[in-house]
Amino acid sequence: MRGLFAFIAGGLFGAGLLVSGMTDSRKVQGWLDIFGEWDPTLAFVMGGAMLPMAIAWRIARGRNPALGGLFPPKPEQRVGRNLVLGSILFGAGWGLVGLCPGPSVASLSYGGIGGVVFILSMFGGMWAAPMVRSRLDAALVTA
Amino acid sequence: MQQEWIWGLAGGGLIGIAGAVYLLINGRIMGASGIIGSVVDGTAGNQTWERVWFIAGLFILPTILSYWVGPRDNFITDNLWAIAAAGILVGVGTRLANGCTSGHGICGMSRLSLRGFVATVFYIGAGGLSIILFKHLLGVV
Repeated sequence: MRGLFAFIAGGLFGAGLLVSGMTDSRKVQGWLDIFGEWDPTLAFVMGGAMLPMAIAWRIARGRNPALGGLFPPKPEQRVGRNLVLGSILFGAGWGLVGLCPGPSVASLSYGGIGGVVFILSMFGGMWAAPMVRSRLDAALVTA
Repeated sequence: MQQEWIWGLAGGGLIGIAGAVYLLINGRIMGASGIIGSVVDGTAGNQTWERVWFIAGLFILPTILSYWVGPRDNFITDNLWAIAAAGILVGVGTRLANGCTSGHGICGMSRLSLRGFVATVFYIGAGGLSIILFKHLLGVV
């Protein structure tokens, strides 16, 4: 059951990315590129997605997930170096080619060699991230 | 142009419904980088299969849809070195920050999470600067 609904959620996510145009790197870069021909689509996608999600958080209050367990607690609201540095690195790569993790999977079948190179190097970065994190933590301790 | 906003809003709605399903039924936050990254680095533990199914849906449905609506393209740059560098940056960055556009952006900000807002400000800011540097100044993409 968990697998089935995870599959459905993933499928809806992918369909939404395709329909909204977010698997088209030009539209993402168009939104980030304030000196180019600015494309507002991404803001509509974010807005359109946050509305049902905000309602879902509202419904979740005082209830438990349908398949059991507990809702994830809100993480400790600590704004640390990893959050800021990680987001800057992510944004730099996102702006460079216009793909983020979700669309990179959703567009893999029609993304050509570039899409494959992107996802493989993203896997490499994800695989290396725990090492980068511990290096950073060690550097902070010795500094 | 106007039509693209409507498609953006409609597609965004689907993404939000996907997040709502994953939250209300499975009890999980729909963050693409966490779902993919934890499977890649082996930290997903007993949630591995659930996440593999999510990734399968994320890949299979757009694949089917793209045949149905006609050929699609991601229109990514031809510069494979830039693509490889971007992939590594996205992989390391999202795991270090513990989230990306879906987790921090859509799921985080919609529950008014401070971390979600901070992450979004920084990745959009860095994305904008990245375009200025690599496209307008260096011309590599």
